[in-house]
Amino acid sequence: MNVMKDRMTLLIFAAVVLAAPLLFAPTGAAYPDLLQRFAIYGIFAIGFNILFGLTGYLSFGHAAFLGVGSYAAMWMFKLLSMNIIPALILSVIVAGLFSLVIGYISLRRSGIYFSILTLAFAEMSYKLAYSVLTPITNGETGLQLDLADSRIMDAPIAEGTLPSTNLFGFEMKEVFWNPTILGYDLQFNYGFYVCAALLILSFYISMRIFRSPFGLMLRAVKTNQTRLNYTGIASRPYTLAAFVISGMFAGLAGGLLATMDPSVGAERMQWTVGGEVVLMVVLGGSGTLIGPVLGAVFIRYFNSVLSQINEQTLHGWFAFGPDWLTNAMVFIVEPFVGKGWELTLGALFMIVVIFLPGGLVDGAKRIGRKLSGADRRAAKVGIA
Amino acid sequence: MGILEVQNVNKRFGGLQALNNVNLNVEQGSVHALIGPNGAGKSTFLNCLIGKLKPDTGSVKFDGSPVLGKKPHEINQLGVSRVFQTPEIFTDLTVFENVMIPCFAHRDGAFKVNAFARVMRDKEIRAQAEHILEDMGMKEKMNAHSGSLSRGDKRRLEMAMCLVQEPKLLLLDEPTAGMARADTNNTIDLLKHIGETRKITKVIIEHDMHVVFSLATTISVLAQGAIIAEGLPDDIKGHPKVREAYLGEAEV
Repeated sequence: MNVMKDRMTLLIFAAVVLAAPLLFAPTGAAYPDLLQRFAIYGIFAIGFNILFGLTGYLSFGHAAFLGVGSYAAMWMFKLLSMNIIPALILSVIVAGLFSLVIGYISLRRSGIYFSILTLAFAEMSYKLAYSVLTPITNGETGLQLDLADSRIMDAPIAEGTLPSTNLFGFEMKEVFWNPTILGYDLQFNYGFYVCAALLILSFYISMRIFRSPFGLMLRAVKTNQTRLNYTGIASRPYTLAAFVISGMFAGLAGGLLATMDPSVGAERMQWTVGGEVVLMVVLGGSGTLIGPVLGAVFIRYFNSVLSQINEQTLHGWFAFGPDWLTNAMVFIVEPFVGKGWELTLGALFMIVVIFLPGGLVDGAKRIGRKLSGADRRAAKVGIA
Repeated sequence: MGILEVQNVNKRFGGLQALNNVNLNVEQGSVHALIGPNGAGKSTFLNCLIGKLKPDTGSVKFDGSPVLGKKPHEINQLGVSRVFQTPEIFTDLTVFENVMIPCFAHRDGAFKVNAFARVMRDKEIRAQAEHILEDMGMKEKMNAHSGSLSRGDKRRLEMAMCLVQEPKLLLLDEPTAGMARADTNNTIDLLKHIGETRKITKVIIEHDMHVVFSLATTISVLAQGAIIAEGLPDDIKGHPKVREAYLGEAEV
């Protein structure tokens, strides 16, 4: 738990994130859109981990905060400016306020009742966004940029073109460097580096929270709330603070999704999105620092790579044997890829939960311990 | 005037009168034992003191201020700590972290968002925690995972967590329940040690007469929800009503 070790972790993390366009090249994932999604869902999962990993309160409603963040950012793009700064600030604030209200009510209960309350709120938010609040959310069409938007801070744009999101003039979509290294065609764009910087900042904040007295209290909430109360600590303000912090992270992630692709529909608030972040955190290792990011990258990667594999690709893979073998292999594998990629995800999730309850981080630690010999010290929460 | 004053407390659960006009006055610096047969209402009474249950009528004053209707953490912040029948500790955390939590609670109050401070860099809190662990003879175990401690060590740790807050009143709910005689004697020694080094008023709820007569300066006897006798240990031993209600069953 010492400070030097934390600094090293942060440094390595930052280096890996900043080099991502290069590092992911061999995996076929190094295109800007996907890398940005890695970073954004990483932020989402880091925030969720502050609530779920530390306090153990399992919320299924964080999609609502993601969606609210996106809507808030979109309104800033429409009304104020295409600069992402005001958009991101508003999305964090609005998501924070929204999570304060939902958290205040949901945290009156704990355990499964809390989870169900958050689930109910997320579904309500989705339905509201989908129909009732159409003037704000544009209902099922979704909120998009429009030529008629006021954008009072921006200079007028050329006739007939929609403006793009930017950071003080640097367009998020713009690829500023396009080298060929080791035969890979690499793309470095501004959007990814904005998300990467915020991911590193989020990681740093979560690290500080983990090491702080506040974080210690949150872990105490998870372990024994009775003792905590009889020790003179009011547990509810702590859980509410954790809930709001995680909601703000979700809002930031939502805002960033809008900066990447300035349009948002109600489906971003659906509870399945909130369920996905639970999968990310559990898969990576809840209560660990790096786990949520790993989980987010893993799931996003599987999502994009597996879902693009089709029958022809499979025939290409299994072309080594006789026809009947190829056909048989394709028949077996096909349901798990393409549209059925979630089947693979489900199977993987089950394997991890059953054999590696501590997630991927736990798996990495076990391998590390095997390699380093008989280091029998119990894995402590919050290292990694 | 006592540090804890309980007046006319009644508590009814449906048809059962769990507490019937209970009055209790705990003197500053005393070790006040509350004894009574099973179902006499001892635990109900303790839960009324600590904010877990609210009595139907009556008043409870701690250090001159009423505590009825206050939440457990508020009552703790006034200076009341509680040791549970089965040790309640933070089993996922290390021994050291366990002891630091009450230190933070004592210094920073019931809620403080100090999300950018570092636990391990807080010299004041570390010193307090190390000091109490040394005093309780647990210093060499401070980095152990508290869930893996023996039962006796868990009790010791819980005691350390209560004492580090320097409470004015320590409530002990059957601290030796389910312990072997050797462990019981260790606990008695521990409590005596605490009594020698600190002037903390204690209220002990206990079943084991051996423990009660080793520690208590005053004894109150609760039977069927009412206090039937109160006095010095020697008076209680010979009290006919007490013998009838309780001690007759056990050999003293």
